[in-house]
Amino acid sequence: MNNVAIPILALGLIAGAFAVFSVAIASITGPKRYNRARVDAYECGIEPTPQPMGGGRIPVKYYLTAMLFIVFDIEIVFLYPWAVSFDSLGIFGLFEMFLFSASVLVVYAYVWRRGGLEWD
Amino acid sequence: MSSALIADITAPSVNYYMLAPILIVLGGAVLSVLVEAFYPRESRRSAQIALVLTTLVVAFLAVLNIKVDAILGFTIVNSLAIDGVSVFLQGLIILSALVGALLISENRIDPLGDAFAAQSSALPGSEDELAFTERGWYQTEIWSLFLFSVGGMLIFPIANDLLTLFVALEVMSLPLYLLVGMARRRRLLSQEAALKYFVLGAFSSAFMLYGSALVYGFANSVELGDIAKALSASAANSNLMLVGGIFILIGLLFKVGAAPFHQWTPDVYQGAPTAITAFMSAGTKVAAFGALLRVFYVALSGLAWDLSAVLWAIAIITMLVGTIIGVAQSDIKRMLAYSSIAHAGFLLLGVIAQSKAALDGSLFYLAGYAFTSLGAFAVVSLVRDASGEANHLGQWAGLGKRSPVIASVFTLFLLALAGIPLTSGFVGKFAVFAAAYEKGLAPLVVVAVIASAIAGFFYVRVIVLMFFTDASGDEVSVVVPSFATAAAITITAVVTIVLGVIPQPVFDLLSNALFLK
Amino acid sequence: MTAYAWLLVALPLAGAAVLLLGGKRTNAWGHLLGTAMSLGSFGVGVATLIEMLAKTAEERETIIHLWDWIVVGTFHVPVALQLDQLSISFVLLITGVGSLIHIYSIGYMAHDENRRKFFAYLNLFIAAMLVLVLANNYMLLYVGWEGVGLASYLLIGFWIHKPSAATAAKKAFVVNRVGDVGLSLAVMLMFTAFGTVTFGEVNAAAESASTQTATWIGLALLLAACGKSAQFPLQSWLLDAMEGPTPVSALIHAATMVTAGVYLIARSHAIYDIAPIAQTAVIVIGGITLIMGAIIGTAKDDIKKGLAGSTMSQIGYMILGVGLGPVGYVFALFHLITHGFFKAGMFLGAGSVMHGMHDDVNMRHYGNLRTAMKITYATFGMGFLAIIGIPPFAGFWSKDEIIRAAFSHSPLTGIVTLIGAGITAFYMTRMMAMTFFGTARWQDDVHPHESPKSMTIPMMILSIGSAFGGMLLLFVANIESWLEPVVGFEHAHGGPDSSVLIPVTLTIVAIGAMMGWVQYAKREVPLLAPTDVSIFTKAARADLYGDTFNEAVFMRPGQYLTRSLVYVDNKVVDGVVNGTAGLVGVVAAQLRRTQTGFVRSYALVMVLGVVVIGAIAAIVGMA
Repeated sequence: MNNVAIPILALGLIAGAFAVFSVAIASITGPKRYNRARVDAYECGIEPTPQPMGGGRIPVKYYLTAMLFIVFDIEIVFLYPWAVSFDSLGIFGLFEMFLFSASVLVVYAYVWRRGGLEWD
Repeated sequence: MSSALIADITAPSVNYYMLAPILIVLGGAVLSVLVEAFYPRESRRSAQIALVLTTLVVAFLAVLNIKVDAILGFTIVNSLAIDGVSVFLQGLIILSALVGALLISENRIDPLGDAFAAQSSALPGSEDELAFTERGWYQTEIWSLFLFSVGGMLIFPIANDLLTLFVALEVMSLPLYLLVGMARRRRLLSQEAALKYFVLGAFSSAFMLYGSALVYGFANSVELGDIAKALSASAANSNLMLVGGIFILIGLLFKVGAAPFHQWTPDVYQGAPTAITAFMSAGTKVAAFGALLRVFYVALSGLAWDLSAVLWAIAIITMLVGTIIGVAQSDIKRMLAYSSIAHAGFLLLGVIAQSKAALDGSLFYLAGYAFTSLGAFAVVSLVRDASGEANHLGQWAGLGKRSPVIASVFTLFLLALAGIPLTSGFVGKFAVFAAAYEKGLAPLVVVAVIASAIAGFFYVRVIVLMFFTDASGDEVSVVVPSFATAAAITITAVVTIVLGVIPQPVFDLLSNALFLK
Repeated sequence: MTAYAWLLVALPLAGAAVLLLGGKRTNAWGHLLGTAMSLGSFGVGVATLIEMLAKTAEERETIIHLWDWIVVGTFHVPVALQLDQLSISFVLLITGVGSLIHIYSIGYMAHDENRRKFFAYLNLFIAAMLVLVLANNYMLLYVGWEGVGLASYLLIGFWIHKPSAATAAKKAFVVNRVGDVGLSLAVMLMFTAFGTVTFGEVNAAAESASTQTATWIGLALLLAACGKSAQFPLQSWLLDAMEGPTPVSALIHAATMVTAGVYLIARSHAIYDIAPIAQTAVIVIGGITLIMGAIIGTAKDDIKKGLAGSTMSQIGYMILGVGLGPVGYVFALFHLITHGFFKAGMFLGAGSVMHGMHDDVNMRHYGNLRTAMKITYATFGMGFLAIIGIPPFAGFWSKDEIIRAAFSHSPLTGIVTLIGAGITAFYMTRMMAMTFFGTARWQDDVHPHESPKSMTIPMMILSIGSAFGGMLLLFVANIESWLEPVVGFEHAHGGPDSSVLIPVTLTIVAIGAMMGWVQYAKREVPLLAPTDVSIFTKAARADLYGDTFNEAVFMRPGQYLTRSLVYVDNKVVDGVVNGTAGLVGVVAAQLRRTQTGFVRSYALVMVLGVVVIGAIAAIVGMA
């Protein structure tokens, strides 16, 4: 049990140290020029909250895209354990997984036919 | 990687006959999504209705097949239990769903279309909304959502482990949250109701999930049978188990609308499109009480003594809150919502009593209540003024003169809710109370009888209003519905009377309805 | 014919169904159909009686099993009719008096546009009442019990355009619910104690039951009887029920339905026989109501309310009678039947008077009607002589037997019944004098006239019953041995001898009548009720504060409870609406206010609920 936990713990420590190091080194070494775009969250051009002037709601398109992402995200999550125990599950597992994918595809078809994939 | 890390997974054996009703309904739901995607808009609505009705009828035949061939047992690694109770509840849920589908398909009573927003993504009161309405669009996704919800209801009362129970709960609830918010009229009220239902529903789900985790910590298993074994094996009381059990009960009590977890009920019943309210009040109640009965009878009976004080308190509060606050209601849908809370309290007697007679009584009670409630809400949807349904009690004054038939049918439903003899409500109440009394729950029965008497007052108040009070002068009319709603009202009224006059066949049916342990 | 006994119920039920479902199409002949159905039921009853007479006393009880109603485990409730001497007596009273009142109503309701509906409700009542008395178990009796309650409610509120009628109907309904709690408790207690609710089996099992069980069942049944039979403390609805059409008052609120409590106790005699505490409670309730009703009767100027007070009082006699045990059952039932005749006759007489007086019910506007309405005067007079107990009229025989039985129980109960008899003589003489004697105090545009034949003939038939019914039942039908196999009978022992008691009773009656005569026939009756009266008269006029009592004990606490809960609930309409009939006034503005339910407060309540539940579980766990 211990031999498995130690590498994971080490990896976590390394990842954390890297994050702290990147943020710290950037603030120490980087040039300090400020403009409005730099203080926006995510710097992607979208105001995260509705602004009093000229702002408004976030386009619902973002929401749809996020939902679609979650649908496929979940599908992938289920595919992993199946792939790992494919041998013992055999044809039964294959068939069930096929059914599962097909039903997710139905959702995809619905989104596609309803124009959920068209950005404008 | 060492193979010790991967549990020994083998393909589960699946009995497809046992699963048939669930698979048919969920398959129908998936097909319904495809119809949404590929059918032209003009014929989509009729295709969806045909699909849904066919699915439900076939699913009912599948349930009958299980019943006739007595295919009973556990399936999919003991996660579902198909027993006498399951078969009865599934049959009941499908029949309620059929009546509910008839009500949802109604598009005659509102001159603008059916009870749902033409396009529910359009802002209430916006020009878009007006445009969609004028184009005569229908939001046909309701049918897919409806079938998914029915699928969840079919799994909920037969789930034999806590995880399946939780998944079924969500499959049942999520589509309902949406359906509640899609009313065509009074959209803000409807959306508010949906949001409340969702937030509080999520809150209660969290309790249930946490409770399941605690119980797993105690029993090392989420299977109901294993939990019962662990309970009888452990000599000392475990606080872990007690708290876990209470949390699971809270999730279930929320769904049945027991106090103090009842407050969503009036708001949601009022805000939802009436056809959905009708379907919810029947289907959700049956499914949730089925699950509550199963969890309590199969898994938690070892905790019965520890939980009895809690359940007594909840039952008493629920009965009193439902009836006493119900007296003060002036909106017909809210009044029926409080009535549903009171009925939940009466049904809790059957849960607490823990006997075969109490189980029979509860199941009969559920059957009677489901149809009566469907019928009552169906009638509510017919009484309208220019702006939609006339839900204010004042507007019901003098209805007996304007529309004696509808007023009489509604009177029948009210009498059944009040538990007057020769209606299904009386037999159900009597069976549950008698069973509770036999088990020495006399104080609860006394409270229940008093609560019934108080409740009788607010049902009768509506009868008085309809028959003995002059109309207030508002332009309220009873709309002549399409065949579907008329059929739904007729069916529910006939069932309400038949179950009251000759309840015996149903009790015969229930005679071998037992939980598989 | 016995095999067709279900026709007794089926005929009037079919009548009600045809009239209610047939709608306006049946307007033209609806009243005739209703009357025919009631008469048909009476015919079946007579045929059944003849068949029963041919059998020996032991064979007369017949159970007609129709179908199984509820079979759950060991619990078995059939739908079955019990034909025996007791039920057939009631059947004949209900269908006989009922048919006469149907006939009377043809004339009385001739100008009412809803006459068809009226007959439908009357038929419904007859059917329900027959279910009540023919049932062979308490569950089916409960069905009839609720059915007569429904019919009574519909008929009290028949003239819906009068707000007072609607209120009275509601009051009757609510008060009766209180009584119903008693009946449902009794049924459940019986089921727990004996495992059955069938009369025969309960009576058999009661012999070996514990006194405590029997006492509780007896008290619960008494509560039920109090509600239905308007006995103290649930009496207040009966006076208001006079808002209904007069034939209804005669049939339901005098002759039949209100006596259901007496029937219930007599049916359950085996339980009371072993529960002396419950028996005493029955006697006390009967005694209180007997005096109370009589006092209320002395102060009423409304002729129907006066008669209603009298009904309460007479039923008090019967309740007291059944409380006495085997010495009283038979005579209480005997009095029930004679009372059915003379009280129904007097109510019809009152209706006839009102018919001639433009529906005025105030006796201060009557006077000297004996000249204008000779038949009404004569028939009402027969009823009068019967109720105050002048030999050989019907009431004398039955009331005298109850008084004798009461004396055999204890001097106190005997004296109560004697005082009741004196007050009865007083208020009935007062009513008779104010209506038919003295000077005419008629309002200006009133011209009294005799009623049509369809009304006077039933009155005449009932007055014959008032005159000879007592003797017929006692000497020809031999009611003691007729009812004995069902309810048991013992001769009264102890107490004063008849040769002493009858003269004493008659003297007291004579004094009461004289006082009434001097006060109301010899002196001028003022047109307006005097206001400078003693507190006793004031109390009697206010129904001895029955409503005030109910309000303080039942209504106020309920309202406070409702209001405080409403406040907690925080999202319902103003407390003003609670419990009032005028919901109409609440408008849409308030509907919006109901939407202040915040989801955060709901969640908070849920959390608090969890905490409380946890606390309860913890406390129980520790204990």
